[in-house]
Amino acid sequence: MEKVKIYSRFERFWHWTQMMLILLLIITGFEIHGTFEAFGFETSVRLHSAAGWAFLILTIFAIFWMLVTGQSRQFVPVRNNIKSQIMYYISGIFKKEPHPVKKTADSKLNPLQRIIYFGLIILVFPVQLITGFSYLFFHYPDKPFAFEGLEAIAVLHTLGAFLLVAFVLAHFYLITTGHTITSNLQAMITGYEELEEETETATN
Amino acid sequence: MKNQFSKSVMALLVSLLLPLAVLLLTLKVAAHKGTPDVVDVKLKAEHISSVDHSQFEILQQDFETPHDVTAACLSCHTGRDEEIMSTAHWKWEREEEIPGRGVVSVGKKNLLNNFCTGANGNNGSCMRCHIGLGWKDKSFDFADNRNIDCLVCHDQTDTYFKQKGQGGMPATAETANSAYQVPDYPYVAQNVGLPKKNNCGICHFYGGGGNNVKHGDLEEALLSCTKEVDVHMAMDGPDMACIDCHTTERHNIMGKLYSVSSANTNRIHCDQCHTTTPHNDKVLDNHFEKVACQTCHIPIYAKANATKLYWDWSSAGLTDEHGNGYSEDDADGNHNYLSIKGNFVWDDHVKPEYYWFNGTVDHYLSTDTISEVPVKINSLFGEYRDSTAKIWPVKVHRGKQIYDTENNTLISLKLWAAEKGEGAFWKDFDWDTAARLGMEYNDRPYSGNYDFIASEVYWPINHMVSPKEETLSCTECHSRDGRLAQLNDFYLPGRDYNKTVDYAGFGLIFMTLIGIVAHFFGRIVAYFKNR
Ligand code: HEM
Repeated sequence: MEKVKIYSRFERFWHWTQMMLILLLIITGFEIHGTFEAFGFETSVRLHSAAGWAFLILTIFAIFWMLVTGQSRQFVPVRNNIKSQIMYYISGIFKKEPHPVKKTADSKLNPLQRIIYFGLIILVFPVQLITGFSYLFFHYPDKPFAFEGLEAIAVLHTLGAFLLVAFVLAHFYLITTGHTITSNLQAMITGYEELEEETETATN
Repeated sequence: MKNQFSKSVMALLVSLLLPLAVLLLTLKVAAHKGTPDVVDVKLKAEHISSVDHSQFEILQQDFETPHDVTAACLSCHTGRDEEIMSTAHWKWEREEEIPGRGVVSVGKKNLLNNFCTGANGNNGSCMRCHIGLGWKDKSFDFADNRNIDCLVCHDQTDTYFKQKGQGGMPATAETANSAYQVPDYPYVAQNVGLPKKNNCGICHFYGGGGNNVKHGDLEEALLSCTKEVDVHMAMDGPDMACIDCHTTERHNIMGKLYSVSSANTNRIHCDQCHTTTPHNDKVLDNHFEKVACQTCHIPIYAKANATKLYWDWSSAGLTDEHGNGYSEDDADGNHNYLSIKGNFVWDDHVKPEYYWFNGTVDHYLSTDTISEVPVKINSLFGEYRDSTAKIWPVKVHRGKQIYDTENNTLISLKLWAAEKGEGAFWKDFDWDTAARLGMEYNDRPYSGNYDFIASEVYWPINHMVSPKEETLSCTECHSRDGRLAQLNDFYLPGRDYNKTVDYAGFGLIFMTLIGIVAHFFGRIVAYFKNR
């Protein structure tokens, strides 16, 4: 059993701050949406805007960090092993088979994670940020230029929000599918993860 | 060991404390709320007159008539007569442009409504609220400045009144009775001043034949009310007079009633005193763009006495066994039936209805024919896409009134006369005669065939601003079935959503949960099997 450093300090800070902000955005956003009552509408509106700004700033830092460190490549989808990763979740995991793709510091994400996270980063986050800030600044049709009202922006924003909720739920569950139930969680907290021992040398 | 310790501290810091710090900072930013502006204006009540009218010899004479008083006023206040005679208070009409219809001259003189249908022809009663002396019929001379009634607006003694049924004249030696005595003209004339609340209120509170009948937000309770009723006019508040907002220059009084004026000019706006960003708070101040101040700050109107919301003329005219009219009251003691007027619905503490309004208004003109039911006595222009329109609170007075079934026009009725037998409906209860005489007086054709038709008139609400604690909260509008449920030409956060996206979204969440539970269950089973 070896303990390998997987997540840097910034990555962990980024992850947990992002988690808090997104949870806050989801709760306040869906209160605004009329789904439930949480903090009260007005408080939720104020919290949502503040959290939106915080999320924007954090995202800018994250992009900066990714570009500087080159870690952005972690999120680029790969073709190999997509099928075997799917098969692992569908059957292998029930048969105590090993993870098909070895997790290393150089490749932290499995092929499915790469696709999903890439989608979040390239699609859902930008859509939420762009529609969110449009929502914030252009809520009326005449100033400074004409959007056909708020509806398209709001509906897109809501769609993105639903996708994020689904992601968060799945994510909560899937972090329990590491080497042990909590090994993924521990890694994101301490930065170190106990990885599966190499049974044979990786082929790729 | 030391290495292990510092790693734990670092983990605590980057994975918990720093993210928490960001979260707390976010909460702190979100908690920031601006402090509203405090308004400091000089009230007219603080105005000190530069002269003492009681010292003027010309006001110390034994005036025979109110006309002589007017002449005395004008002998010093030269040119004021021309100012007065060019106002709508004098002419009861003004030239205004109705968008899409051009310039028309509209006012109380020629417009119809669904209260008493119209003033013209019922002069003895209705023209009591004209600022002239005795507009009893068409012979009234609008060019004679001695016909101006200076005192009704400038009396400070509360002893000068126009007599009922006299078309705007105070009691004379011939007409005086126990209710109306001849005014003490020297006393009144020597004590004139700027109009007080009750100078304005004596007419503007009682439109439609009783207190608060018409406006709903303008009534005698404002003479001495608490902040709960009206923060501006409250005795326990700034105790403002009408003219503090309805500022006046050369007898041209700011503000005009939406049900009788079309153009968006000479209106009063809250930001005259309060600025366009009064809350000093972005979220709230942003609303100024699309929401009238009144909408949130007048959550209910008719806060003291009830106002009329519905008036059905078609049931009027029933008499008792002696052929006399009678009345019935509702549980609150308001009339709900009068033989002379029909059935009413009154209510107090009324929630307004809400409409887009850009300040311009269309009217049913006396030359119009009916094109829709209910007939719109006036209609407020505006929609979401109109950059000048805002959401306004509105009193809608609905009714059923008499119309000419052949000419397809609303009928001007002759309602009032001093005596029986002159054909007035209120004395003789004869629809046909009252309709014929009323239309005749107004030079409008009448076919002899009549029925009753539903109609609506829109009165934007402006007065009875509530204390800030009672301001509408967000979810009064930003919720599924809020106050704006009927105003559907735009997307309102908290009220609106896209059905497809919501079904798909909740469906996705549901499927995800099912998947998680199933997978988890599979893992548990596998765990025990593989043991
Ligand atoms: C990542 C996550 C986000 C989620 C899950 C989210 C969720 C939501 C939801 C569900 C709504 C209600 C939409 C509706 O019913 O019309 C909403 C409204 C809104 N969101 Fe977001 N949002 C996110 C990010 C942002 C960002 C970054 C901003 C930028 C400031 C933002 C600004 C807004 C605004 C302005 C509204 C309209 C309500 C208001 O005025 O506060 N959102 N959001």
